Amino acid sequence: MNKEIKIKKHEVAHHFDNSEQEFNSAKLGMWAFLGQEILFFSGLFVAYIIFRMMHPEMFIYASKHLDWKMGALNTVILILSSFTMVMAVRSAQVNKLKQCVNYLIATFSFAGMFMVVKGFEYASKISHGYLPAKFFNAESAHESLHIFFGIYFTMTGLHGLHVLVGMGLIIWLIIKAKKGHFYEDYYTPLEMVGLYWHLVDLIWIFLFPLLYLIG
Amino acid sequence: MGHLENINFFKAAKGFKSWLITVDHKRIGIMYLLFIVAAFTLGGLAAGIMRIELLSPDKVLLTAKQYNQFFTLHGAIMVFLFIIPSIPAALGNFFLPLQIGAKDVAFPKLNLASLYIYVFGALFCVYSMWHGAVDTGWTFYTPYSTTTDTSVISMTLGAFILGFSSILTGMNFIVTVHKMRAPGMTWFRMPLFVWSLYATSILQVLATPVLAITLLLLIVEKTMGIGIFDPAIGGDPVLFQHFFWFYSHPAVYIMILPAMGIMSELFTTFTKKNIFGYKAIAYSSIAIALVSFLVWGHHMFLSGQSDLASTIFSALTFIVAIPSAIKVFNWISTMYKGSIDLKTPFLYGLSFLFLFSVGGFTGIVLGTLSLDVHMHDTYYVVAHFHYVMMGGTVMGFLGGLHYWWPKMFGKMYNEFWAKIACALIFVGFNMVFFTQFILGSKGMPRRYYSYLDQFQPLHQFSTSGTWVMGLGFIIVFIYLINSLFRKEEVSNSPWGGITLEWQTTSPPPVYNFIETPIVDNDPYDFEKVKI
Ligand SMILES: [Cu+2]
Repeated sequence: MNKEIKIKKHEVAHHFDNSEQEFNSAKLGMWAFLGQEILFFSGLFVAYIIFRMMHPEMFIYASKHLDWKMGALNTVILILSSFTMVMAVRSAQVNKLKQCVNYLIATFSFAGMFMVVKGFEYASKISHGYLPAKFFNAESAHESLHIFFGIYFTMTGLHGLHVLVGMGLIIWLIIKAKKGHFYEDYYTPLEMVGLYWHLVDLIWIFLFPLLYLIG
Repeated sequence: MGHLENINFFKAAKGFKSWLITVDHKRIGIMYLLFIVAAFTLGGLAAGIMRIELLSPDKVLLTAKQYNQFFTLHGAIMVFLFIIPSIPAALGNFFLPLQIGAKDVAFPKLNLASLYIYVFGALFCVYSMWHGAVDTGWTFYTPYSTTTDTSVISMTLGAFILGFSSILTGMNFIVTVHKMRAPGMTWFRMPLFVWSLYATSILQVLATPVLAITLLLLIVEKTMGIGIFDPAIGGDPVLFQHFFWFYSHPAVYIMILPAMGIMSELFTTFTKKNIFGYKAIAYSSIAIALVSFLVWGHHMFLSGQSDLASTIFSALTFIVAIPSAIKVFNWISTMYKGSIDLKTPFLYGLSFLFLFSVGGFTGIVLGTLSLDVHMHDTYYVVAHFHYVMMGGTVMGFLGGLHYWWPKMFGKMYNEFWAKIACALIFVGFNMVFFTQFILGSKGMPRRYYSYLDQFQPLHQFSTSGTWVMGLGFIIVFIYLINSLFRKEEVSNSPWGGITLEWQTTSPPPVYNFIETPIVDNDPYDFEKVKI
């Protein structure tokens, strides 16, 4: 079980001149992708700003219905997972292949914990009837409360979807890392998924205060 | 792989499967071309049927509801399936790597994936036509789109998926331009088609995700009622318009910029002169891309947005005209004292120049607040954007297709019939759409099934133009297909073009160049480069 993982040498794809060009291309492409991710979420943030300006007191009232402790717990979990992700990349860079796999497994576990906490939160909201407009059926002091929950579920739902995609990517990385694909001269997929994972983390860091900590 | 080098990319691998799994940008470009031509045909037929319906204010072929479905079909197909991917994904895919001396795009597999995603998205669109066709218009405005029972969800999901395909192509091109250029190919030695694709790609990557989230929110609104767009549950339908046009105005430049790039190629090769104002044209592409993000409100002058906002949007709209005009003047100046060769591609180039200018000027009219109140939602608007989209982009696309056809397939088409077809398309186009300027200025509203009797002669004349244009397209189709069966092969550079794609064989070998080219000249330096 504890035997060392053997390095599998990476071959540069046919259309690149060298591995440096290959790595830099992947990195630039990833940044372009992250740029579009940010604009994708920006639509939601704009909607949030507009409806918060329209109903400022409702947002403060609504925010109290969210459990900030759960949100804070999830923030800590995601920051930790970002840290283990960085360590996974670092391990590959210094040829500690076994350690790299372990850090990836840790990252995956944190992501799973995040989803479990999120699941508990969702379950409690749903059981109280705090659902998006059409299905909203809770007693409320504000008639527009359903809009907050519409935005809450859309934003956290899309973010959760990104976490799930990230978990899928991390499984793929674990499989490749176990086969010894990542080492000092080639760790491109690790680095790219890492960038993606940090963005997912970052978006949550914005979502947390905007949704949980108003007023 | 040495033995592959001299074989052209058609012959390098055989069989249907070799196309399905290819990562060669040239093959992917050709497959895109096939789908795009199919989409254009479908969208064109829908338009033809609509025009026949408009021969009379009473029913000819369609009921009022079917008419609504047909113009939605026409708009959605032409925008999402044809014009957005047309030049970048088909011609751009084929020629961007060739023009910068690269072996392929930066991410060949992603390139193939974007083609599959395109086809997948197209299937959704086809499904939603056949299953309760959408009748909202291609803009999917709320609150109508949240209340109609036609298949808005599958159609917007289709557009959402197509958006991904567009984003991936854009990402791929940005990285290709940054990282894959041949030795000596500095930024200012790149052909201007590459510059225009680069600017387009920035728009694709930064604007399309906003459309994606908009359509997603529309779907969520329709299924779960989150209360963002639907006024019945506290939402704001004007917010939808803001979101929608934040993408869809830049999208207009996703459509036109690549055609402008083709213009620069045509105006140099067919005058055998260096381009006038290279840097001005290159920078104006970037300027257009940036300013285009700030003008979306000109679609909403009558939506109740504040007067101040409207004034600012109007002023910014005028500003976009400047970089566009810079390009037009530079192309005209390029012709000065050039040896002008009126071959078919250049005829399309000149058509573009004329028609795009008309489209641009009428855009200024519509961007003027007081005039827009009258022209808004009339045929004037329809004529304006068809002059830009069809008179501009489609003419550019046809120009590029004719220009590069011999390079792509190694065969030359019949020049005589090509000129006839070009003339028919040009004349037919003006018959259809110039008439609509008159209709619109007289007050004929767009998207109406019926109209006042006094408009009938103009409507009938406009419809007759579609038949002239249709004939032109049929001729194009016939001689292009026919050319593939010709015996004689063309030379490396049948037009005397000197950019890198003309320095390799027609069709090019699998990795584009036998030896990686080394560049030490400006792209259009006809004094220095002799072929
Ligand atoms: Cu616009």
